[in-house]
Amino acid sequence: MIGYFLTRLGMFIPTFLGVTLISFMFIRVLPGDPIIVMAGERGMTEERYQEMVEKLGFDKPVLQQYWDYLVGVMQGDLGESFVTKKPVWDEFFALFPATLELSLCAMIFAVALGLPAGVIAAVNRGKFFDRALMSSALIGYSMPIFWWALLLIIVFSGNLGWTPVSGRIDLLYYFPSVTGFMLIDSLLSGQEGAFGSAVRHLILPTIVLGTIPLAVIARQTRSAMLEVLGEDYIRTARAKGLSPTRINGLHALRNALIPVVTVIGLSVGTLLAGAILTETIFSWPGIGKWMVDSIFRRDYPVVQGGLLMIAVIVMLVNLLVDVLYGIINPKIRRR
Amino acid sequence: MKLKLLAATTAIALTGAVAQANTLVYCSEGSPEGFDPALFTAGTTFDASSHPIYNRLLEFETGTTNVIPGLAESVEASDDGLEYTFKLRQGVKFHSNDEFTPTRDFNADDVIFSFMRQKDESHPYNQISGGTWEYFQGMGMPDLVSSIEKIDDYTVRFTLSKPEAPFVANMAMDFASIVSAEYANAMMAAGTPEKLNTAPIGTGPFSFVAYQKDAVIRYSANGEYWKDPAQVDNLIFAITPDASVRYQKLKAGECHVMPYPNPADIQAMKDDADINMMEQEGLNVGYLAYNTTMAPFDNPKVRKALNMAIDKQAIIDVVFQGSGQAAKNPIPPTMWGYNDAITDDAYDPEAAKAMLEAEGVSDLSMKVWAMPVQRPYNPNARRMAELIQADFAKVGVDVEIVSYEWGEYLSRSKDLNRDGAVLLGWTGDNGDPDNFLAVLLGCDGREASNRAQWCHQPFEDLILQAKQSTDQAERTKLYEDAQVIFKDQAPWATIAHSVVYMPMSNKVQGYKVHPLGGHIFYDVSVE
Repeated sequence: MIGYFLTRLGMFIPTFLGVTLISFMFIRVLPGDPIIVMAGERGMTEERYQEMVEKLGFDKPVLQQYWDYLVGVMQGDLGESFVTKKPVWDEFFALFPATLELSLCAMIFAVALGLPAGVIAAVNRGKFFDRALMSSALIGYSMPIFWWALLLIIVFSGNLGWTPVSGRIDLLYYFPSVTGFMLIDSLLSGQEGAFGSAVRHLILPTIVLGTIPLAVIARQTRSAMLEVLGEDYIRTARAKGLSPTRINGLHALRNALIPVVTVIGLSVGTLLAGAILTETIFSWPGIGKWMVDSIFRRDYPVVQGGLLMIAVIVMLVNLLVDVLYGIINPKIRRR
Repeated sequence: MKLKLLAATTAIALTGAVAQANTLVYCSEGSPEGFDPALFTAGTTFDASSHPIYNRLLEFETGTTNVIPGLAESVEASDDGLEYTFKLRQGVKFHSNDEFTPTRDFNADDVIFSFMRQKDESHPYNQISGGTWEYFQGMGMPDLVSSIEKIDDYTVRFTLSKPEAPFVANMAMDFASIVSAEYANAMMAAGTPEKLNTAPIGTGPFSFVAYQKDAVIRYSANGEYWKDPAQVDNLIFAITPDASVRYQKLKAGECHVMPYPNPADIQAMKDDADINMMEQEGLNVGYLAYNTTMAPFDNPKVRKALNMAIDKQAIIDVVFQGSGQAAKNPIPPTMWGYNDAITDDAYDPEAAKAMLEAEGVSDLSMKVWAMPVQRPYNPNARRMAELIQADFAKVGVDVEIVSYEWGEYLSRSKDLNRDGAVLLGWTGDNGDPDNFLAVLLGCDGREASNRAQWCHQPFEDLILQAKQSTDQAERTKLYEDAQVIFKDQAPWATIAHSVVYMPMSNKVQGYKVHPLGGHIFYDVSVE
């Protein structure tokens, strides 16, 4: 198992270097000079432009700039935002807990509903429940997030008044951020009702962000289950007289989980991408909106640093998924 | 959550104050870049920094572009227009925070510090927080201001390198906000100079309490403010980037005031009895600038004919969806010096066609440049260009629409030999007509902000004279005359001024739409 883990970890390094290069090049091949974009309609004189070029280090050769960036990254320095003049690292960690909290909730929501739904659909293949579920999954998968979010807000927050419109907690609660996770911080604050408010603020964004992964997981679980349910050993288990719950829940599901776990791992990327829209709509102070704003402003250090951090997270999650394979299926770790 | 309850409990949570303490919640459209206004250029940043937290030597009277005394009680210009002497107000207190309690009142040292850090490259604060001082640079202040002297603790003299009347209005701009020199020194000594930007201290009506990036900014009223204290005890900015969501929050009572509604929502907001909709023309202009150095656009009659071919009302209806007003002058109607006596060129394709023929122009084909970004003065340049294309087709002019990435667009459109007419616009900085007429149409602006590449001596003489005069009545007359020449020569087709809408709960009293674009809550109260 340790050897397996180390092999996977070893593959991390070239991928990491590749990501630094891509994130560095990506923003530079986009047309648009950040200095001119910053000056806008007002423009600036040629001398002033040269001054800025020097200040931002654009006068150095590109390779030199990349090397400086790489050396910085190795020392944990992602540079400073052109716009806010603050270290990218600080901004990332101020915002990331909000994205992580929302993504985790969305993932829990998607798995908690998607897995059982997929299993039930597979067991009741072709019946009404299966058809209804798979049609809803297709709708959920094709749903434009933006429209879905606004619809939920208008119905549940606007008309029914059940949930708050946006934000992470009611403005009446004010306490310093300790962990950055609102659920934990609201408990730590000891203010009455703060936790409940944080939970209510999470409901709609969790549903919106979790909808696509939920649909994907339900469909994937169903097809993996159907495949496994046709296997010989399941027939044997049935012939042995095992209860359907035991067959479906233990023997079939465990073997069906490998493709499902793969999908869950891949969904992390989808969650972070979906977070961009979800965060914008629900005024959620996470990294999604921060990245989009930075691309429009050609804020090189933020785009580079943010992309790198997100890539590292996706890579770490996939490393975790690889390890999980080994736990679920002993055959894999012996290979 | 009902707002009344929210308001009362927030106050307790924030300050432990009495129950009748009240709170105003503003659903702002974005996060500020920081809290030191001199470092930045975005209106969103100024809303969160210069308006609530700071004052300037001179101020814009809220709701107008008039300049009134602020931290300076008076200002006197020398006869040659080169020296401006400011008499400072006494007894003005700076805010305090956990790390700083001021030991003295505001004085001349703070004024010197606030400007010298921007001007002097060897100043210890010049490079702090990546200081590029964009606005100070952009308004030409480094060359304009040759020295700033402290005459005594409450008198400061600015000496200019040339007479420039708009200097007075510049002193009321956001970048001219006065910060505390004592605080800056204390933070420098503590090794945290960037706190001047992140934990701001000013003299303004609200003091800064806390900021959580992309989520919320909290302020409390400054009890020692040098004017009457603010009407509300607490001010909260709930950062809400999406316009539809801001509207839902306003309806749900989660905020009292919101900026920038979706044009599609405006009618529903006007119909809602709980929402009070305020509106005013923005301090901006959207235009189509011909390249006046190239034939046949070097002929004013050809430009005039093309202007007559544009159906501005259709543009207002389609592109602005009603939230705009057709422009007849290059400056907006909320600005002093606006010449309302001028009549716009009537939309008349037949006459336009005849005029083009009379000038010997036939089979003309031209390019129209469409910006790739949304701006208040032009919410959809592509659509606008298409409408102009259709209009010009009716007078026999064939239009090809071109566009570039925004940075490219801005730099290529400056080119003296640029092929085609450019859609662009301008939002005013200091409420002075000079900021439009000289910057956008003066001879010095060619190959820069003067996209028409237009240099017309009679016009140039008037705006130079207006720049040098310190007599407001005389300047007004000069600018009115300049607009007459502009209309006659038609270097641009003036298209539209946006209309700014501010929806707010009808519990909000005393809000004024500010023509310079800022959102100001000093005079605002909540029932």
